[in-house]
Amino acid sequence: MRKPELICPAGTPAALRSAVDAGADAVYCGYQNATNARNFTGLNFTPAEMEQSIAYAHDHGAKVLITLNTFPPSGKVALWKQAVDLSAQLGADACIVADISVADYICRMYPDLRIHLSVQAAASSPEAIDFYVREFGVKRVVLPRIMTVSEIGGLVAEIPCEVETFIFGNHGLMVEGRCSLSCYVTGQSTNMDGACSPAANVSYQSAPDGTLSTRLGGYTIDRFGANETAGYPTICKGRYLTDSREGGYYAFEEPVSLNAATVLPELIAAGVHAFKIEGRQRSRAYVKKVVSTFRSAVDAIVAGKEPVLADLVALTEGQKQTEGALKTKTWR
Amino acid sequence: MDAQLTLGPNLFHWAPERKLDFYRRIADESPVGTVYLGEVVCSKRTPFFDDRHLEEVAERLTRAGKQVVYSSLAEVVIKRERKLLMEWSQQQGRDLEVNNTAALLHLKDRPHRIGALLNVYNEDTMAYLAGRGATHFSLLAELPKPAVAGLAEAARGLGVGVEVQVFGRASLALSARCYHARAHGRIKDSCQFVCGEDDDGMVLSTLDEKPFLAVNGIQTLSYGYLEMMAEMHEMRDMGVSHFRVMPHSCDMIEVTKAFDDVLQGRIEAAEGAARLGALGIAAPFVNGFYHGVPGDTLVPA
Repeated sequence: MRKPELICPAGTPAALRSAVDAGADAVYCGYQNATNARNFTGLNFTPAEMEQSIAYAHDHGAKVLITLNTFPPSGKVALWKQAVDLSAQLGADACIVADISVADYICRMYPDLRIHLSVQAAASSPEAIDFYVREFGVKRVVLPRIMTVSEIGGLVAEIPCEVETFIFGNHGLMVEGRCSLSCYVTGQSTNMDGACSPAANVSYQSAPDGTLSTRLGGYTIDRFGANETAGYPTICKGRYLTDSREGGYYAFEEPVSLNAATVLPELIAAGVHAFKIEGRQRSRAYVKKVVSTFRSAVDAIVAGKEPVLADLVALTEGQKQTEGALKTKTWR
Repeated sequence: MDAQLTLGPNLFHWAPERKLDFYRRIADESPVGTVYLGEVVCSKRTPFFDDRHLEEVAERLTRAGKQVVYSSLAEVVIKRERKLLMEWSQQQGRDLEVNNTAALLHLKDRPHRIGALLNVYNEDTMAYLAGRGATHFSLLAELPKPAVAGLAEAARGLGVGVEVQVFGRASLALSARCYHARAHGRIKDSCQFVCGEDDDGMVLSTLDEKPFLAVNGIQTLSYGYLEMMAEMHEMRDMGVSHFRVMPHSCDMIEVTKAFDDVLQGRIEAAEGAARLGALGIAAPFVNGFYHGVPGDTLVPA
């Protein structure tokens, strides 16, 4: 039985140290600009912080994977190339990339630097993955969150690179890397600017009866009663009206979090090489809790023991969770 | 070469007879030079029209002097879709437009087009793909003007075509889930082709009743229709060689004629826009992506 690596998020150097201390095999993080898909104020690493963080991780036997998982628009390619140069110079263990030009640049300039194909590249078939492996020597693919365990198992057997799957955190069904919803409303592109639903475009409106509307740009994304917990307005998690339905409904997906805890044994048996925990925007305490819980769970399963996962529910968004696409395809 | 008007792939699940009529009229009356055919959105739809009528439609369009291009599926996950895409890629002697990376594997060193649903954001990616056989690029709807200009300039240097959508709802997102089926309490496997009930997509409005998006099976489109008549000449000067009009249920003969009249300089963009305005399209016209502001905006000419 192969023991999958645990790949953990870090939005700050402090979170990176917490993740490493809690047992992460690798931490993923990005720079403070549009080269990564969590380009939010107060998050991410300066070059000096990245250098120190890589040293800390390596001293403790963990790897650092740098997220360059956005798409440089024409005229701005140099910023992404500089981020590649810096990552290679700092000794990053891999770059997680989505754009063909970024993958090509790494492949030509730094043949020894591992390329991991980001979920933003939306490679959801053996043929699409094979394209990136053949063209750029991609070593690992991060799978879209839309596949069942048996589909993942089939894929592992069929493709010539390692497979990484999400096991915890944000859950959405829009194909990542192929979504302009936020740009339609805010003018900021998830792919080019690295931000979906940027905070500057979010507003909250209270009505006299105590209901709270969450808004993005000029649109109401959801509405909550006085006793409900309001979620962050993300278009694909909102409630809308349509002719065939009575009242508002979650047209795309309910605001639930992915928690693959119960299917970890099957995923390990399927031969997955790495498990990814989402949440670079989350606190250091969250990272510590989630990473240490999954660390002991994976270790227990591989040792043939019963894993303990009780505390994870409390950490999920809106307290509701799902096994996502993993168990069945009836959600499609 | 003069800039040319094209008709993009029909994204909607119209009844076969209606699609047949639609393409007959396009063949006989529309000034478009190129017509893209083929199911892009949902593999379940192909038995209705593509498998039965595509050849006949392509022949009719070709006889009318139109260039026919075959567009591929955009989302390819399950075995059936992979098989469909593989067979599609192996068609010989046809002009193929790729909307999923998987097809690139099969088409290495064979001429092909890159569709507007593949991520080509910069000149390096364009040059890379041109180096392995791409001859024509349809650009993503969300690209702002400086990126369109940069890509058009690169395309000129590479000797490849570059195409921009100037009319119709913009494709904003793709999913593995069918949102049409979901709205009707079904799933993709039991959808009963409910997407066929909405000619231009199923409108989603916000809880305060502001129309927002249009669902088309696994695809989410903008509620607003892109309308870029006023920008066409500027884009042509940048090097954009083709302008794409997307099929909708409104009078597409009049739409394509109006765009062609503007493109050929026979009328001003304002007059063209007035003709579009008279077609009774309920949704607003938008052009914000190109102008670097929210896509749902209409920036006046």
